[in-house]
Amino acid sequence: MEIYEIVTYFTLLLLLFSAARVVTTSNVIHAAISLVFTLALTATLFLLLSTQFVALVLVLVYIGAVIVLFLFGIMITRAPLGKNAELDNDKNKLIGATISGAIFLLFSYILINGFDGEIVITSGSSTELLGEILLSRFVFPFEIVSFVLLAALIGGITLARKDEALVDEDQV
Amino acid sequence: MTDVLVKVGFLALAALNGAIIFTIMDVKGASWMQRRPGPLHVGLRGFIFPLAEILKFVQKEDIIPTEVDRPVFKWAPAYVMVSCVALFAVVPMSPTLVVADLELGIFFALAISSLGTIGVLTAGWSSANKYSLMGGLRAAGQLIAYELPLILAVVGVVIQAETMSLVGIVEKQIEWGVPFVVGGQVVGFLIFMVAATAEMMRVPFDMPIGESELTMGFMTEYSGIRFLIFYISEYMNMFILCAIASTLFLGGYHVPLLPTEWVNFYGPVVLLTKTAILGFILVAVRWSQPRFREDQLQNLAWKILIPASLINILVTAVMKVGF
Repeated sequence: MEIYEIVTYFTLLLLLFSAARVVTTSNVIHAAISLVFTLALTATLFLLLSTQFVALVLVLVYIGAVIVLFLFGIMITRAPLGKNAELDNDKNKLIGATISGAIFLLFSYILINGFDGEIVITSGSSTELLGEILLSRFVFPFEIVSFVLLAALIGGITLARKDEALVDEDQV
Repeated sequence: MTDVLVKVGFLALAALNGAIIFTIMDVKGASWMQRRPGPLHVGLRGFIFPLAEILKFVQKEDIIPTEVDRPVFKWAPAYVMVSCVALFAVVPMSPTLVVADLELGIFFALAISSLGTIGVLTAGWSSANKYSLMGGLRAAGQLIAYELPLILAVVGVVIQAETMSLVGIVEKQIEWGVPFVVGGQVVGFLIFMVAATAEMMRVPFDMPIGESELTMGFMTEYSGIRFLIFYISEYMNMFILCAIASTLFLGGYHVPLLPTEWVNFYGPVVLLTKTAILGFILVAVRWSQPRFREDQLQNLAWKILIPASLINILVTAVMKVGF
């Protein structure tokens, strides 16, 4: 088990380093690429915890879609090569540190006290169980989440598009 | 008045004829001057041609322009390469001839293949060249759009096979007796192949490369070994996506009526034959079809392929529960 622990702590160290790079670099594309590495290392941690499904969802959804859309959005608007002084926002550093510290403490408290080191899943593959639990016990929250996502999607389209016909209707 | 018109008409006719004659002369002359036996005749009937190509790129200078963002520019080909190479791990040649028979095999493949987009985007941006940036953006827009039908087409197969393991999917097809493309996933197969062609950025989906308007898109500034990595990745991607399509829809390493005990012997041959057939279809399409316009390309993905794949999932699910 020793090698397993060494790998885990090494991954955690790299994770902290790349996460720090995301917020300290003064180039927005470099920040996004550091975020790719941060997420990839998080996925590695999930793999080490033998939850393959969560790890792969992280890669597919966050790296493959969210970050790509980040990069796409940044590049389609403005993304100068080299350093960008606007990214260093000294005023908000204290607030940012406070909020992230508070979130860290809250999550640590919940995770440590919530399960008490008890192993919840004892048999079968984690993916199969995840699927079954999501569509039986948690089916209602699951549907609610999809409904919220649909609402966000429609909201996004409404905000983004300027429909001539719609404007005319409002004026009438 | 009339003789002026006749003179103008004569001039126009002469100019047009001159142009046509010289076009013929130019094309014929070029063909005569540079006889191009290349990939068909030179060296073992052209089969060692790619080796020469690789040698050529390796010994070329790896030029890095001064204004580029060096680390990003240098590493961009790596993402593309990794996203292609990792896919080879999960495709089974037989139940035992597979690097890793993951429980989530096809999901792994889809997740990893989505990494390539980042390489393409960062390559386009870091080149400090507007043609590259345009190419990168087009490529990313295309890859995002066609990833969805690709994934949704696979969902139909996963519902039918009740597993995400690629070996499991092939075993299910052996159990059924017919490959899934015959057993109800024809639409899924077509959607998968179209989306996969777009993912490879091959003609007719090569807007991002568009050599006549964007020179080479996101690859413009690359040369030598880094260009080679992009170039080889394209063919790796083509090979592995065809192999995955054969596994998912065409029965993978097995064909009906062959004894399953000997699958370790004929498995690789069968899979490679199916892959080669699909690959040849892609080559035939490439050299006979024109390029899609950007808006047509996006419309095809969002308005036709995605709704069709959603309907495919719905029908497959209903059939699965109903029968």
